[in-house]
Amino acid sequence: MASRILKSLFATVKISKTGTQLYSQDVRTVTLIPGDGIGPEISAAVQKIFSSAKVPVEWEAVDVTPVKAPDGRMVIPQKAIDSVNKNKIGLKGPLATPVGKGHQSLNLALRKTFNLYANVRPCRSIEGYKTPYDDVDLVTIRENTEGEYSGIEHVIVDGVVQSIKLITEVASRRVAEFAFRYAVANNRKSVTAVHKANIMRMSDGLFLQCCREAAEKFPEVQFDEMYLDTVCLHMVQDPKKYDVLVMPNLYGDILSDLCAGLIGGLGVTPSGNIGENGAAIFESVHGTAPDIAGQDKANPTALLLSACMMLKHMGLGTYGSKIEKAAFEAIKNKETRTADLGGKATCSQFTDAVCRYVD
Amino acid sequence: MAAYRSLRLEKYFFRNNLNKRSILGTSAVLRGSYSQPKQNEAVDQRRQFSRHTGAKYGGRYTVTAIAGDGIGPELMGHVKHVFNLARTSAMRKRTCIGRDWSVCYRVADVPVDFEDIYLDSAHDADTDLAHAVLAVKRNRVALKGNVETKHLKPGFVSHNLLLRVSLDLFANVIHCRSIPGVSTRHGDVDIVVIRENTEGEYKSLEHENVPGVVESLKVITRESSKRIARYAFEYARQQGRKKVTAVHKANIMKLSDGMFLDTCRQMAAEYPELKFEDMIVDNTCMQLVSRPQQFDVMVMPNLYGNIVSNIGCSLVGGPGLTAGSNIGSDFAIFEMGTRNTGKSIAGENIANPSAMLMAGVELCRYLGLARHADVIEKSIWRTISEDKVHTPDLGGTATTSDVVHSITQKVQNEMRKW
Repeated sequence: MASRILKSLFATVKISKTGTQLYSQDVRTVTLIPGDGIGPEISAAVQKIFSSAKVPVEWEAVDVTPVKAPDGRMVIPQKAIDSVNKNKIGLKGPLATPVGKGHQSLNLALRKTFNLYANVRPCRSIEGYKTPYDDVDLVTIRENTEGEYSGIEHVIVDGVVQSIKLITEVASRRVAEFAFRYAVANNRKSVTAVHKANIMRMSDGLFLQCCREAAEKFPEVQFDEMYLDTVCLHMVQDPKKYDVLVMPNLYGDILSDLCAGLIGGLGVTPSGNIGENGAAIFESVHGTAPDIAGQDKANPTALLLSACMMLKHMGLGTYGSKIEKAAFEAIKNKETRTADLGGKATCSQFTDAVCRYVD
Repeated sequence: MAAYRSLRLEKYFFRNNLNKRSILGTSAVLRGSYSQPKQNEAVDQRRQFSRHTGAKYGGRYTVTAIAGDGIGPELMGHVKHVFNLARTSAMRKRTCIGRDWSVCYRVADVPVDFEDIYLDSAHDADTDLAHAVLAVKRNRVALKGNVETKHLKPGFVSHNLLLRVSLDLFANVIHCRSIPGVSTRHGDVDIVVIRENTEGEYKSLEHENVPGVVESLKVITRESSKRIARYAFEYARQQGRKKVTAVHKANIMKLSDGMFLDTCRQMAAEYPELKFEDMIVDNTCMQLVSRPQQFDVMVMPNLYGNIVSNIGCSLVGGPGLTAGSNIGSDFAIFEMGTRNTGKSIAGENIANPSAMLMAGVELCRYLGLARHADVIEKSIWRTISEDKVHTPDLGGTATTSDVVHSITQKVQNEMRKW
């Protein structure tokens, strides 16, 4: 009884892997990667909202444009890597993928450098932005390092190509346990493992086995397993059925974008990449929109909601909920909605509105 | 008299080359031409997609019926009833409309005989599968329910998959159409999903390198990609469609999906009247739930097809309304679009029979029985949209028998006009 009360009191506090509880009095430094295109203006909007909400967070802006290393390779600048390693938490805007050889995909580089093994995307219907789907409230947790995106492909003979999907016990166990810990920390009732083990017996079978073993360690969370096609079928008809979904890389990529489509697209969906040892990078997953860059037309909602996710992860959940509520209020009001959501406000007008609602 | 009438109609349809709405099957001519050099690959491939000319004795076709698990057996029974093959007195009483019993049990009078083959969780030995494959090869067409895949046996490969691969049914065609009268979030959906059915992620080539590390191979070949692309474009051309969308993930899987995409692009050049576009699979899913009306014909590898077809089916009202056809060069199997066993609702008389009946409709079209197909399809649509006899999956309270009864009455009314 007492433990339940205590648990509910600390429901929004995330205990980091090292066991230290994060106190809200400390001023934390967070690495900020503004990004390209509309990135700088939406990052500035988020910073403004955070300062008006008096969030105890300091920003350390870094640039991740690849530089030429001494051996000729293009790598992320060491300064950026050091910053994230020190601060452990990062907020990233949209990055443009440069066309041409010699560049590693920047997202992939960040993922590998900081070993970000789980991608979390909470999808909640936004009041005020009408889509055919109301009452969506689910979280997709996707394994971020292996699976179908291992990148191991080769031409066997001319006209026959083989691509390898890699599933390891280590990675599957890691993401399964994270999913259950997330469910417990965020008061979610059930976790559903999404798989295709009827066809891919060994690989998805291994993933499923790891999920089953993790479920045994968290008996308070209900565990379910469902085929990918069944989930897609029911998701489009009745998304209320689902709570937390955990799955390998490819299914996660597709399902998380499907869920984003249910609530209104990538422009309003937050996303977080969780790594080991408490490291995490939260990002907006939409594009850089170079055609509206610098015109004060951008919608900072995705980055703002990702920043709120970041606050919850850091243990500053009260600030996070406050800003989230303010943002939803601003979207509900047609005067302060940005153009992509059907309103008339500019980016700065939206930002000011959120600052007003926060106070 | 009835047998002569059906023969006469058959000859009429035989002469017609490809009804406007028939499913593309294959010609017997090509089977004899293996020894000849391939002069023009495009012409050969196109000749493959003409009408079925399989086992037909005395004006009647023989079709293999694989009931499968779950709701399969009961729905198969309903299809046979509507096709006019249930000859029990109970069925006769239900369909009797006050006239002489020897005549009144006829429903659609489709000239099809079903050969029952048992392939389900109780009959899952290798010999059962071989028997089923042989039966489909013998009759060339089959109507199928879904066979449940048991997870307990290690190394057990899905029998549904093995059936498709052994018979080389390379194209899975699912036509998702909004039916008026069914309340859905999106209207005016008319998407044809054409999915490569034999390779890709479903090769079942897996191995454990070391304990805890498993590799699964996804294989894409140029031949299969060409075949499915050709099928998709031919289908679009012959059905009067405007656009073909290739769905892929070539930004990540550059070699495999890249080859599939290149093959589709090359094929698109031969069909200049059709608009061709390509879309990444996650964007496709997002677009499908926000604006599905933009899609027409979609072609894609195996796994994406699984996802997209399920999304498409649920957009128009769920698994109870769409049929899926598995077409190969020589054989064809018709089934429900979303391939569910429906274990949880088996035996409760609440399953929606429309999907299986529509599979029967596609079967009739493939066999060239277009008039029968039209009658049954019209009856299904009128039952769902005008009379609104809806089973629980569509939000109603009717039973399966209610729906079948309603369809039967409409079919009988139509048949009296012949």
